[in-house]
Amino acid sequence: MITLNVNGRSRDIADDPNTPLLYVLRDTLELNGAKFGCGLGQCGACTVVVDGKPIFACITPISILRGRKITTLEGLGTEDAPSPLQRAFIEEQAAQCGYCIPGMIMRAHALLAANQSPSDAQIRAHMSPNLCRCGTHMRILAAITGAAAGMRAAGAAAPAKEEEEKE
Amino acid sequence: MRRIFFSVLLIAALAAAALFFATHLTIPEDRAQRAFAPDLIKRGGELAALGYCASCHTEENCKPFAGGRPLATPFGTIYGTNITPDVETGIGQWSQAAFNRAMRDGVDRAGRDLYPAFPYDHFTKLTDEDLSALYAFLMTREPVHAPNRANELAFPYNVRPLLAGWKLLYMNKEGVPRGDGSKSAKWDHGAYLVEALSHCGACHTPRDRLGAEIASQHFDGGEAEDWWVPPLNRTSPALVPWNEESLFNYLSSWDAGHGGGEGPMKAVVSALATAPEQDVRAIAVYIASMLAKPEESEARADDKQAEAAQAHPAGAQLYAGICATCHETGGHVPFTVASLGQHTSLHAPDPRNVIHVILEGIHPSEGTVGAIMPSFADALGDSQVAEIVSYLRARFSGGQQWSGVEQEAARIRSEGTSP
Repeated sequence: MITLNVNGRSRDIADDPNTPLLYVLRDTLELNGAKFGCGLGQCGACTVVVDGKPIFACITPISILRGRKITTLEGLGTEDAPSPLQRAFIEEQAAQCGYCIPGMIMRAHALLAANQSPSDAQIRAHMSPNLCRCGTHMRILAAITGAAAGMRAAGAAAPAKEEEEKE
Repeated sequence: MRRIFFSVLLIAALAAAALFFATHLTIPEDRAQRAFAPDLIKRGGELAALGYCASCHTEENCKPFAGGRPLATPFGTIYGTNITPDVETGIGQWSQAAFNRAMRDGVDRAGRDLYPAFPYDHFTKLTDEDLSALYAFLMTREPVHAPNRANELAFPYNVRPLLAGWKLLYMNKEGVPRGDGSKSAKWDHGAYLVEALSHCGACHTPRDRLGAEIASQHFDGGEAEDWWVPPLNRTSPALVPWNEESLFNYLSSWDAGHGGGEGPMKAVVSALATAPEQDVRAIAVYIASMLAKPEESEARADDKQAEAAQAHPAGAQLYAGICATCHETGGHVPFTVASLGQHTSLHAPDPRNVIHVILEGIHPSEGTVGAIMPSFADALGDSQVAEIVSYLRARFSGGQQWSGVEQEAARIRSEGTSP
């Protein structure tokens, strides 16, 4: 039995310790935000945040995640109350087919949690591991830039609240 | 007392010699309109690829040949200079004579001694013809206004005139020995490229305390930017024997028997991928002759999977949960060798290269197709990296277990990414 901390809740998982986190999230916990893309850590559709850093859930076994803080798309906001970052993705209509978007949002979330004033170059470098086959990159970049501006404008309140949620 | 006296005398003599030899004249400015034959410029471009000039003289995501790329050396950090024909900040005022002096004697147009991080100890062997082609190529690049960055070197390495002494001690200006007729023209051409332009020994030959290649240990392996650099002679620990074909594949893209060039070698492969095939094949012919062992053995299939799992159960489990997805498929994932044991890095004297790859991942150069591996720095802690590395070493290498792997992982992580 492995106990995982997912979006602030303790979850006891009976799956094999070598099971990739992605399978546990989708099949056992029914958190279907993170997607299976390549299964090789090359496309980023499965990206979630562990201890503040983006990782590929498809190649990360749960054996190395004991006691670590896992945040998935479901931990950011809800359909009725999306997080500022999710709202920015909606406002910019950053999704076409949408398959990569949960991973994109989680990678961007890790960036903005650490740095609310990233430069364009920093955003591009940070987001480069995640692929989008539809080609909505410009809208994704606009959404991240917009979310950062919104979070700065809202003062320290928004990120502080998110930090609390992650606890 | 006498010893002190003689020491002082010796130092004074050395300083005087340094001063004498360090006095170089300025070569007058040359701002004449230059015109070059298209064929000469084209050959210059090919030679610039074979010497991978851009690997030091182009900073990432910046204009070609405008300099600024840091090179970490044991003496401090040296920055690649602007070699575009910009008149103010590049080499726009340099005549062919000034260019040749820099390449052959390591002295810039103004008469300053250059650091041997710029491998003039190799370039000194270049032919007049090739220097003309390189000059024609560089002088027809886009001029970029980019002032050179100051080097960060500690005393006494920041005293340039001392380099004259270094040159007296170490510069061997003799040309590349041509074959006595027993070797093919291809081998001769390869020897010239490897020893002069491609300066392979700059990384693949160990250096002494003053940063000079140790001639008696030619191609015994060295190091570059914290990566272990494998030997290019019979002392190579490569599991799969090298030959002309596999070397050509490796140097121009990727080889199914050995994998691809990583770390500082990646920029070399990116450049050679654009060089003429016959030149890269010549390099492969020469290097293959250096690597050839008396009795060429077939690859040893040394996979001690059960033993290694028993000795390193945690590492075995991490490998099964993380690495096996790609590395236990018998090479079916593109750009993955059939068995990790084929990577020479696992047979190296130290674990640095394997740790670098796990922590930093493998990323193809911009615009190229190649191996890709994610970085595991944020997923794995140092002790977990050490478990995996120890398991791999025990499983695939006949060599001694590496020591201090966890400390090395922590050091490499804290020092940030390498090239």
